[in-house]
Amino acid sequence: MVFSLTLYISLIIFGLGLFYRVWTWFRIGIGPETANFSVSDRTAAAFKAVVTTVFSRKLFVLLKVLVADVILQVRFLREDFLRWLMHALIFFGFMLLLLMHALDNFISEPLFADYYATINPFMFLRNFFGAMVVLGVAIAIYRRVTIKGLRLTTKGVDIYAIFILAVIMISGVFLEGAKISSYTEYQIMVEDYAELEEEEEIKALESYWVQNYGTVSPNVKGPFDAEVLEMGQELHEASCLDCHSPPQWAFMGYAFAKVTNPIALALDSVGTSTILWYIHFLACFVGLAYLPFSKFFHIFSTPVHLMVNAVGDHDRAEPVNVATRRAIELDACTHCGSCSIHCSVAPVFSKIPNANILPSEKLIALKAFSTNKQLSSEKLHAIQEGSFVCTSCYRCTTVCPVGIDLQDLWLASRKDLTAKGFPEPQAWARETGASEVATIIKDIKDHKTCHFPGGHSMVKQLNLSDQASTFSGCFKCATCTVECPVVANYQNPSEALDLMPHQIMHALGLGLKEMVLGSRMVWDCLGCYLCQEKCPMDVKVTDVLYELKNIAYERLRTAALPA
Amino acid sequence: MKFALFLGCKIPFYLQHYASATRAVLDALGVELIDIEFNCCGNPINDLSRESSLLLSARNLALAQQQNLDILTPCKCCFGTLKRNAYFLKENHDLRQEFNGLLKDENLHWDGHTEVKHLLSVLAHDIGFEAIAEQIKHPYKDLKIATHYGCQSLRPSRIMNFDDPLDPTIFEKLVALTGAETVEWRRRLECCGNPVWGKNNQLSLDLMQKKLSDTRQAGAHFLCAACTHCQIQFDTVQDAELIQHGSTDKQASLLYPQLIGLSLGLPEADLGLENNKVDISGVLEFLS
Repeated sequence: MVFSLTLYISLIIFGLGLFYRVWTWFRIGIGPETANFSVSDRTAAAFKAVVTTVFSRKLFVLLKVLVADVILQVRFLREDFLRWLMHALIFFGFMLLLLMHALDNFISEPLFADYYATINPFMFLRNFFGAMVVLGVAIAIYRRVTIKGLRLTTKGVDIYAIFILAVIMISGVFLEGAKISSYTEYQIMVEDYAELEEEEEIKALESYWVQNYGTVSPNVKGPFDAEVLEMGQELHEASCLDCHSPPQWAFMGYAFAKVTNPIALALDSVGTSTILWYIHFLACFVGLAYLPFSKFFHIFSTPVHLMVNAVGDHDRAEPVNVATRRAIELDACTHCGSCSIHCSVAPVFSKIPNANILPSEKLIALKAFSTNKQLSSEKLHAIQEGSFVCTSCYRCTTVCPVGIDLQDLWLASRKDLTAKGFPEPQAWARETGASEVATIIKDIKDHKTCHFPGGHSMVKQLNLSDQASTFSGCFKCATCTVECPVVANYQNPSEALDLMPHQIMHALGLGLKEMVLGSRMVWDCLGCYLCQEKCPMDVKVTDVLYELKNIAYERLRTAALPA
Repeated sequence: MKFALFLGCKIPFYLQHYASATRAVLDALGVELIDIEFNCCGNPINDLSRESSLLLSARNLALAQQQNLDILTPCKCCFGTLKRNAYFLKENHDLRQEFNGLLKDENLHWDGHTEVKHLLSVLAHDIGFEAIAEQIKHPYKDLKIATHYGCQSLRPSRIMNFDDPLDPTIFEKLVALTGAETVEWRRRLECCGNPVWGKNNQLSLDLMQKKLSDTRQAGAHFLCAACTHCQIQFDTVQDAELIQHGSTDKQASLLYPQLIGLSLGLPEADLGLENNKVDISGVLEFLS
């Protein structure tokens, strides 16, 4: 009753969830293309694309992707053997358990005339497949702990995935073990199948099972007489053997039974096997119901994406389908962390602790961003920073094991961010104008020039603009300004740049930092080091300008965030 | 001779032919290149956070040290950033220790001995002009080249130690090896404008346009660059923003390994001549 009820509830949630997630593919999107198309436009275009693909020679490409990338997962193998092993163990182990064990009524029984859960090879295989999953889960935990990029990016979704698999597997193994040693289970079976009446026979069979099948009995205990066992064996062969292979073949369950042998009677008396059975099937049903909303949704989304990716012409795709493709890409991510392990700027995360610097985390943020959820300006600024710290090196796209064109998502989302008022910060500061920027950042205290705890040497070494000695040599010859190619570019430089380099140096020498911070000269500095090279007094003009940019950025970041 | 090849962020995707041409030339001259998965040099983020820039450089230097190799990069911006940051970290022992602390959980450490070299300095100083001259098979005739130094390699000269910051000659000498002539031109040592591309596009284009005009006025057939960003500016950006918009004052830019590669007789496919956005096939006519 509980079983059927929870099964149907979880199936309904699973079905609705699946529908909802797939519907999202036609609803959300990244990039300016998205706004131009309705859900029905996109659904129709996708349907047309699917039909034309299936009835063309591209069908063979699809089949190839299905075999190589979806079933054999060669992309993982190419990247890292351990990772492929982990995924293959979990994938094949779990799928085979699902088909052979969970759906045995529908698959194993019709397929094998002699199927019975407690005889070999089925009993052994169930343990073998289970061991595969357990080993895969162990490798997953090992990788998450030992690989730095994965340690940084491991979130609730990853822990849930590992946790629910572990609960299903462990409860299954324990259930089997508890049943092996359970005297109650033994008695039910004897009553149903053995039809024993004589006291001697009852004792003999029980002794045989205690000796050979791991049953823990309150009545009999070894060592047993050979005669008793012989009689037990005869009874066993008559009534039990057809349906029971030796339990040692269920190596995981049997191991549990052996370990818990001393307390088996106590476990049995509190109904442990019933409790474990509930835990086991309820964990399965929770996993099923929550699947569309968990990391396991990639079982559906990733193959779809791989196939779309394989047959779609990336550069000449119709804009209506580009929006849908990007939405599927957002869902195809398995949060495996490869992009963040290889990201060219990921190490920066330990200096600027904004998770959106890491591609795998930025993708999650973009998902929220694309659904038009009301994100706080704090969150949007964080996405903006992560988005523009990226150097567009395309490495994430190259390494993504499911072939998501991440760089395309970043570039498209930059356009969205700009449209929503979160453009490249430097371009924004420049266009906003000196006085306004100066007003915004004027009263913000420079709480840190240094992120190291107690790193005073860093503050000193990396702070030029606050030290009078930096400018003590300056005699206002304005060589820096004369040499500056940016200044030379303008007819009226003070109109275009607010302050000239020599004015900035002079103002800083007088301690007027607030005055120069918003100046457009700071943002337009090329960092070409001509001024610094030519300065007769060795003032570090370029280094100071870089530092001013740093300080202004830092303050803008603070300004954007509520205190 | 063996170096860790530092390609930086842009070459592997946007300028692959710079990598293949560099590999081909160095291979022909007997230099072995080792590929390491480096991170960003730290240049772009220097605008935002100098500490982050130092961290990225420190990690790269530590990765090279791990394999006991010096770094060779074909990009002037990577060269400038890595060398400046290496200098800074080398000079400041305490600071280096603090950054090493951040690298510790990856078992990385930089003790300050890794050298950072640019492709041109390796050619000029480690391989040597004479050794290269011996390998030239097809010298150019009557080809006039405007060399583009790239600001980051020259300055600050006290740190970079690349060449005379006000009157450098290394690039001219390297071009001369190929038989091509170099022209004197006005903004030879200034910035290409790429650092502000995406931030202040008009300024970026203005700076480039002036330089292109200067090279044409000086009578150069081609610009020659030895920097990723200069080449992206003079090739990709010039093509997309100026030539596609009808500019007639165009000037194609060759990468130095392409220029010397042809005179070394290396296969055109390795040099990726057809990968340039602005056609450079005209250079073949000057080969003897």
